Amino acid sequence: MSPRTVDRIATGVICAVAALIMAVLVSLLGFLLFRGVRHIDFHFLTSVPQTIKAGGGIGPQLFNSLFLLVLTMIITIPLGIGAGIYMSEYAKPNRLTGFIRLVVEVLSSFPSIVVGLFGLLVIVNTFGLGYSLLSGALALTVFNLPMMVRLTEQSLRSVPREQKEAGLALGMSQWKTIRSVMLPVALPSIVTGTILAAGRVFGEAAALLFTAGMSSPRLDFTDWNPLHPASPLNPMRPAETLAVHIWKINSEGLAPDAPQIAAGASAVLVIMVLLFNLGARWFGRVLYRKLTAGK
Amino acid sequence: MNEQAFYTKDLSVYYGEKQAVKKISMDFPDRQVVALIGPSGCGKSTFLRSLNRMNDLIAGCRIEGEVWIGGQNICDPATDVVSLRQKIGMVWQRPNPFHKSIYENIAFGPRYHGIRGRKELDRIVEDCLRKTALWDEVKDRLDQSGLALSGGQQQRLCIARSLAVKPRILLMDEPASALDPVSTAKIEELIGELKKEYSIVIVTHNMQQAARISDRTAFFFLGDLVEYDDTQKMFTNPSRKSTDDYLSGRFG
Repeated sequence: MSPRTVDRIATGVICAVAALIMAVLVSLLGFLLFRGVRHIDFHFLTSVPQTIKAGGGIGPQLFNSLFLLVLTMIITIPLGIGAGIYMSEYAKPNRLTGFIRLVVEVLSSFPSIVVGLFGLLVIVNTFGLGYSLLSGALALTVFNLPMMVRLTEQSLRSVPREQKEAGLALGMSQWKTIRSVMLPVALPSIVTGTILAAGRVFGEAAALLFTAGMSSPRLDFTDWNPLHPASPLNPMRPAETLAVHIWKINSEGLAPDAPQIAAGASAVLVIMVLLFNLGARWFGRVLYRKLTAGK
Repeated sequence: MNEQAFYTKDLSVYYGEKQAVKKISMDFPDRQVVALIGPSGCGKSTFLRSLNRMNDLIAGCRIEGEVWIGGQNICDPATDVVSLRQKIGMVWQRPNPFHKSIYENIAFGPRYHGIRGRKELDRIVEDCLRKTALWDEVKDRLDQSGLALSGGQQQRLCIARSLAVKPRILLMDEPASALDPVSTAKIEELIGELKKEYSIVIVTHNMQQAARISDRTAFFFLGDLVEYDDTQKMFTNPSRKSTDDYLSGRFG
């Protein structure tokens, strides 16, 4: 075969693979949205679920998902960024850091159900935090932290070396150089990655089954004191998230409209994750422009 | 001030087992331009980078010998590298402005070193931009990103940035090799101006450039300092044969 023919075949195969992936994605999204979107209305998004009657909503679950996300991120972001900065800027290249990197890699490919069991044994039982939002957030931190660390490390490493040297050559300390020269350059990709990680948290179910629990107490959305048991903000209460809810009503839902609710909830979930992704790109760009030109 | 701005004594730099710079002793006269020339990999950039301890960043890099600046051996581990680097400006081959506004690129250093007054910072920014002949080109858009400038302007901005922390010495690592001829000419002209106030060490691949701008030239080869003399003499009547060969283009 002539090199030209080979080239054409290669181009054709690569395009076909790309088209296949696009087709799978589009049909999946289309299917979920087509089945789900018509069940979504204001009532569905805000009302409480019904156990045996039709007409239940996903209000508390949606709130739980968002609140859990915020809690997780509050724990994950500082830890992940801190460890990422260490790995990229402070760690000497030796066997120990190689080992840490290996651990991070392994941890990031852990099956989430295993993380959930770990959470049940260690966080829920041993530490006695019970089925609670906090347990869920900690389990998701285990799940998410490796990604945050790697993300931060890679973002910082991709900052050109001359940027760092320029900061140091002006007589700045290492920390000042990292904080004021390198992080602004790396931040947009860190933020983008963080939001993508947040999307993953939002859709996670398995790790939460045994940690945040599968039930939600009656919430009083007029009580915002985090110490009250019925308050939505109480981190020590059990909380069923949207993804867990989908799993539950699909496997053991008794309401007559359970399939419709599952479809609607799935569509909401997918739309939220899509919004996260688009938002991440937009926010990363805006942030970059703001950090680089403004004062 | 001491006539010798600074000098090195038996300075060696190792990358792991490999010795990149071999026991070099050189003195750098105050307010003159010293050009370091030699073929790629001859150790001239490594030598330059050990003058402000920039090689500290490179894993596996080890330095022996002494570098005396202002009566202090900066290779001493007890040296305060942060305050040392404030006295030594550096310019790289690729322009590397901070991802900040033009104003911030310059004000950033002095502010870190304790100058807070807005007026004082404004004055420093204008002063540094004037010294680098950039003021008239950018004075109306100081709040724009430094990255929006052309390559030559970016390089002058980087020079201006290094002047803002009041160094005495400027280290330049092929500052014009990534620029077009017009920008190169501007940088060379600028170096001629700057040497009235600063001691300048410049690494260059361009021998004509070395001949044009430097007062003294050092020829490096395989980590050795082969010859170091007045530029005039080096280019007209070098005392070593390999210098002559290199300068006349027979190798390297």
